[in-house]
Amino acid sequence: MQTKARTLPLSKRGMSFETFMWLFTRLSALAMYGFIFIGIVGALIMGAQNDMSFVEVLRWALMPNTGHVNYTNVPDLSPYATMFWRSVASLFFFTAIAHGVHGVVVILDDYFATEIQRKWIRIINISLFVIITPIGLYVIWFG
Amino acid sequence: MSDRNVSLSSALKYKGQGPYLTFILHRIGGSMIAIFVTLHILGTFFEMIGWQIGDLITDIYISPPFQIVFMFGMLFHIINGMRITILDLFPTKLIPYHRQAIVIEWIIFILVYGFAVVTTITTTIARMS
Repeated sequence: MQTKARTLPLSKRGMSFETFMWLFTRLSALAMYGFIFIGIVGALIMGAQNDMSFVEVLRWALMPNTGHVNYTNVPDLSPYATMFWRSVASLFFFTAIAHGVHGVVVILDDYFATEIQRKWIRIINISLFVIITPIGLYVIWFG
Repeated sequence: MSDRNVSLSSALKYKGQGPYLTFILHRIGGSMIAIFVTLHILGTFFEMIGWQIGDLITDIYISPPFQIVFMFGMLFHIINGMRITILDLFPTKLIPYHRQAIVIEWIIFILVYGFAVVTTITTTIARMS
């Protein structure tokens, strides 16, 4: 029975907000694997194999921001601080925060079930999102 | 609206098997990332504008013990998320093999996490001298 429900085509199931966010969570995850891949390849092209360890490349790939290369042996940080990398970091940041805000709401909804609690969960999360996004962009572009 | 209401303590006591363990670790890892990223952005921003609290947050985040604990949640969330995404992209073909997928996932996780822990320690030692 369960298999049947799972393979029901989308046209018959209908696209609710929850279904859309279910799909978005997976697609944004795929996009983030793409960003991580770009970060690793980019770091290797810029000579990371001589100046950075595995964790340092990982840290850079998970958010390609110059601050993440500060404590490594990279002699010249300028290739890591280009417009390209700041743009990749900003896109990655937007994708991650959209994925995360929905994820946190989904988790908290399982532990707080009343109408008023769920309303507050949304208010607090969206407020944090509105406050953190510009601060994050400021750090990426001026850090 | 669903009326499901399970406390976190009873959720942790639930004797589920492999799939449940990945489910709860995915949540714990995701929560860790959400809290970490929020505080990390604020910490870096406070450092930029010269507030002491920013240095304190960064000092904690850059310490190897914190990184080793955090990387567990982070890498598990990434690798488990990859399994979920791949299985959900091809549900009819792959969902029947979800237990095998979890075994493969753990092997990949242990290799990547193990390597990350070892290089965290060796890099810390190398940077000290």
